[in-house]
Amino acid sequence: MQLSRDDLKRAYRSMFTIRTFEERVTKEFALGNIPGFAHVYLGQEASGVGVCFDLGDDDYIGSTHRGHGHCIAKGCDVHGMMLEIMGKQGGLCGGKGGSMHIADMSKGMLGANAIVGGSPPIAVGAALTQKLKKTGKVAVAFSGDGASNQGTTFEALNMAVVLGVPAIFAFENNGYGEHTAASYAVGAPSIAERAKSFGMPAEVVDGSDFFAVHQAMGRALERGRAGEGPYALEIVCSRFLGHFIGDPQGYRLPEELVQARANDPLPRFRTGVTEAGVLEHADLDAIEREVLAEVEDAVGQAMAADRPNINTLETDVYVRY
Amino acid sequence: MSKKTYSQAINEALRQEMRRDANVIIIGEDVAGGHGASGDTGGVGGVFGLTKGLYTEFGPERVLDTPISESAIIGAASGAAVTGMRPVAEIMFVDFVGVCFDQIYNQAAKFRYMFGGKAKTPMVIRTAIGAGLRGGAQHSQTMHPLFTMVPGLKVVMPANPYDAKGLLINAIRDDDPVIFMESKLLYGMEGEVPDEAYRVPFGEANIVREGKDLTFVAFGAMVPRAMTVAATLAKDGISVEVIDPRTTSPLDEDAILDSVAKTGRLVIIDESPPRCGLAADIASMVAEKGFRSLKAPIGKVTCPHTPVPFAPNLEDEYMPNPRRIEAAARAVFGYA
Repeated sequence: MQLSRDDLKRAYRSMFTIRTFEERVTKEFALGNIPGFAHVYLGQEASGVGVCFDLGDDDYIGSTHRGHGHCIAKGCDVHGMMLEIMGKQGGLCGGKGGSMHIADMSKGMLGANAIVGGSPPIAVGAALTQKLKKTGKVAVAFSGDGASNQGTTFEALNMAVVLGVPAIFAFENNGYGEHTAASYAVGAPSIAERAKSFGMPAEVVDGSDFFAVHQAMGRALERGRAGEGPYALEIVCSRFLGHFIGDPQGYRLPEELVQARANDPLPRFRTGVTEAGVLEHADLDAIEREVLAEVEDAVGQAMAADRPNINTLETDVYVRY
Repeated sequence: MSKKTYSQAINEALRQEMRRDANVIIIGEDVAGGHGASGDTGGVGGVFGLTKGLYTEFGPERVLDTPISESAIIGAASGAAVTGMRPVAEIMFVDFVGVCFDQIYNQAAKFRYMFGGKAKTPMVIRTAIGAGLRGGAQHSQTMHPLFTMVPGLKVVMPANPYDAKGLLINAIRDDDPVIFMESKLLYGMEGEVPDEAYRVPFGEANIVREGKDLTFVAFGAMVPRAMTVAATLAKDGISVEVIDPRTTSPLDEDAILDSVAKTGRLVIIDESPPRCGLAADIASMVAEKGFRSLKAPIGKVTCPHTPVPFAPNLEDEYMPNPRRIEAAARAVFGYA
């Protein structure tokens, strides 16, 4: 699929928004402004953006504990996200969800999910709705190499094939399930091979290359929209930081941490589009300035915002005892 | 109005709701049955035959047979529910929730609150509960206390055919996840069931029998047993009021408290282990909110703290039975 200049700008804006947002989350977390814990998406931007680029608000995604990037790629408002992550009034979930549970039904975002392997079965259901209502839309389950080992994921892969639903399983293999390497924990030669064994097409994709992810997703989407069934992508990407913010990562050698950034998807994109002469550095610099201002504004708004009204503790439930 | 069994009432509720609303689908193991086999497809209708005939009428897009994958069944139901369907999922025996509980309590039950009220999850999980069929330890449990303690779930335990139909219709039209617990021992129970669709609301107890000396609270298959003992005690001049709360959550606390205010004596009959069950829960509620009404310690008739045994004599003694209920009732009634 040929991407226009505007498309490329939109892709870069989305990736750079994730990068900026996550760097800022990391900083604000260190400053104590974010309660709980958070898992950032730094290094995986091309994956979320490549997968979500051609999805509409009425296509669905289910996400993971490392879900901020998926939210942004799917169009969630960064102000509402920052408010949510800081546990403030006006957050996308009213401050009741937090970093690991951001959802926005109006954007087809069925929720970050703090249970590893939680999203694949749900995505099968969202895809079932699309099949039964004949919408031509799809549902994507983002999950990681860790979730590829969960029994629920196996059930979902099989069920998607049996029911013939337009589910797309986007396995982001960032090399680690928490603090254990995928090379240890994934028994199969590859996650894509494992997915294929369930009876669906699957491919391995370079997750640092936006264009590769976007093209692979195009094949998955074509099949899903045509009602031909599920598809799986093993998107090999790089986790720049630890499992959570503050993870000392003693289990990764210093040279590995340097190497992890060698294939940074953002400069790679910039080099690609400028060397091809499609965009100028100035175009991308302008986007960066706008994004930096937007994220700065989101942080300022969230810092200034109040905590949720205490009276909301027992709302959004059907009964009080 | 005509006589129907508890099973027929459930089947009729499903059929009428599926006719009314194209978004209502059934998903589970063998809910049609026979897919990929050499003979007929769709003739099984679930191991207890509850969904029989629905595949023939509504076809494979409305009655979906799945692999034996409870986690994917519940996940698919909740994913379909938040995106616009009204799935009725079936977990054949409630004992099997162990393999899919995450999708129930961490996912479906939490969407509404965790997402700040922006998600609706209109799904029903139908499941068969209870001992008495010699099913052994992994096919005979009730598990309703486990669901009752999960915020976000509504838990329904119909005790007669009329309620089975009306509560199921109410469950299907509800916008929250509902656990619909069918007592296996009641599947053959007959009763008057209107032919037309009707709703029995949640959180409104059924005063099955009025009385003035003693209150029984019982759920599901324990209600007919409570009624049997109430009839026995009536011969001795002991007047028992029998309350069937119908739903364990929401719970009609007022009906229980009002009855205890009248009788001053309470026996709770619950087919689940003694700790952290509905008997303990209701006893605590009455001790807290109805203390001044009580003339005697609260009686509890539960199962022992054991897995469900297999041998018929052991299983019969495991369940709250008329002998144990009567003994508890006489002790509470006789307390001076």
